[in-house]
Amino acid sequence: MSTTSPSLGRMSPPLVAPRVTQIVAKTLLWAATALTVGVLVFIVAFVLRRGLPYVTGDFLTEAPRDMGRAGGILPMIVGTLYVTAVAVAVATPLGLGTAIYLTEYTRGGFLTRVVRFGAECLAGVPSIIFGLFGFVFFVITLGMGWSVLAGGLTLAFMILPTVIRTAEEAVKSVPPQYREVAYTLGASKWQAIVKVVLPSALPGILTGIILGIGRSLSETAAVIFTAGSSLKMPVSLFDPARTMSVHFYLLAREGISMPKAYATAAVLVLAILVINATAYGLMHRFMKRFS
Amino acid sequence: MRAALVRRALQMIAFSAIGVLALITVFIVREGAPVLYKTGVGHFLFGGAWRPLEGEFGIWPMIVGSTVVTIGALAIGVPLALACAIVLAELAPPRARALLKPTIELLAGIPSVVYGFMGVVLLVPWIREHLGGPGPSVLAASVILGIMIMPTIIGISIDALQAVPRSYREGSRALGATEWQTIRMVVLPAARSGLVAAVILGMGRALGETMAVIMVAGNSVRVPHAITDPVRTLTANIALEMGYASGDHARALFATAIVLFVIVMALNSLASLARRRPRRRTRRPLWRRALGALSRGAR
Repeated sequence: MSTTSPSLGRMSPPLVAPRVTQIVAKTLLWAATALTVGVLVFIVAFVLRRGLPYVTGDFLTEAPRDMGRAGGILPMIVGTLYVTAVAVAVATPLGLGTAIYLTEYTRGGFLTRVVRFGAECLAGVPSIIFGLFGFVFFVITLGMGWSVLAGGLTLAFMILPTVIRTAEEAVKSVPPQYREVAYTLGASKWQAIVKVVLPSALPGILTGIILGIGRSLSETAAVIFTAGSSLKMPVSLFDPARTMSVHFYLLAREGISMPKAYATAAVLVLAILVINATAYGLMHRFMKRFS
Repeated sequence: MRAALVRRALQMIAFSAIGVLALITVFIVREGAPVLYKTGVGHFLFGGAWRPLEGEFGIWPMIVGSTVVTIGALAIGVPLALACAIVLAELAPPRARALLKPTIELLAGIPSVVYGFMGVVLLVPWIREHLGGPGPSVLAASVILGIMIMPTIIGISIDALQAVPRSYREGSRALGATEWQTIRMVVLPAARSGLVAAVILGMGRALGETMAVIMVAGNSVRVPHAITDPVRTLTANIALEMGYASGDHARALFATAIVLFVIVMALNSLASLARRRPRRRTRRPLWRRALGALSRGAR
């Protein structure tokens, strides 16, 4: 923290009474906050109001017809779940392992800094670059083609920093006494981690995974070049798939069907709100437990 | 024996993030470098003509596009986001905070394509009618990006503000400063490094955003002269042409990605520097600081 003290020059009698300045400043700040929150809430409300009337049972359970002008989005829902599942299945062990290593095996130190810096950098890589990378590496070099697997692995790399960071926070916040008690009872280091630390850190770890799921759901640029944009129902890991975000993007950008675009957006936004709310709730409960 | 094995395995996993970063760097560079080499870095960066089919690759209009749009996004997003962060961290009563903070965090998850779509259906027609021009424009992209980066900036700024010790505020108030004077003269300066990091990360997010920008920016390869002119950003350039590019054209897109990657990495490093090393009051000479950093690294 810097400790710059207010310069004496500023202490000369102000032109306007400080109390008046304060009222003006506070009003402006609150107005800006209201505007910000208002815009964000408006976007969600607008999409849901326009889209939800078109979300029917058929829309959720039918295949699209005529490029998406009619029918539903079932293959996209399945594709999204499929790709996301692959991403989570790969990112969770990697992220959790990293977090355990960083907190339980090396406290502080050079290595921790390097790994954390790497994770931070990875978190800042634009999704389009993940898309390009996934395309040359998974789709072309490893010969996976546009597939659920290629898309899922690309997303796994993308959400890895989120999972690492939250898992690290969660594992770190488990009080050291928990481990000490486990050792006193004769547990090995690994047993203490698996039987004591991880269960206590579980809600925090889950939060990270759920946030990762949310990011996977909403991602477009990274999946469109790796999972493809096939309208068919994906069956195997090597089938191409179109996720809901990609479907929505194509519907809206190519002006295929506005009602279907709104409906897809509504489903997407609703899913993400539920997912993020779950993550937030879990995090809240977790933080309460250890503070 | 088993413990050593576990340790070894975990150590390998711990390097996964770095490994992925290295892998990405290697593959992007491997694909893009040939074109950079053939065209010449200077010509590639500052060339004004992008005619991929004739083998002419200059991304200057896109560099200008990304810069202009990012500056616009910051101009719109930063003041609002900082105000929001100040209110949430300093002014809001606990109950209002308990309602507003989760709301903003929930909304941070709205997919970027949805933001882009809002731009298409609401903002672009409004600009076309009231300000002239084709509609998709620097302005539209700036507004949409400005909104999109707000949750990022708000989140990190709140953390930075809350990290300022309570005693600073109490000391200031005890000296007779009003709440606002305390915020302006004590809390904000003390939190400056964190706030700077927040803005830099928001900048990175604006630069890297792709789909939303494609939907509202118009994408023509020209240096814009007015805020109602259409622009193409670096990210849009990649995403728009990747679908059909081949040969040198595709490699030129990877070269565009190299440029983007370098810029974003530089921004990230700046942000983590800003966050890690708050400004000192008395600046030590550069060589002392370098020595300090080296010895810290060795430890």
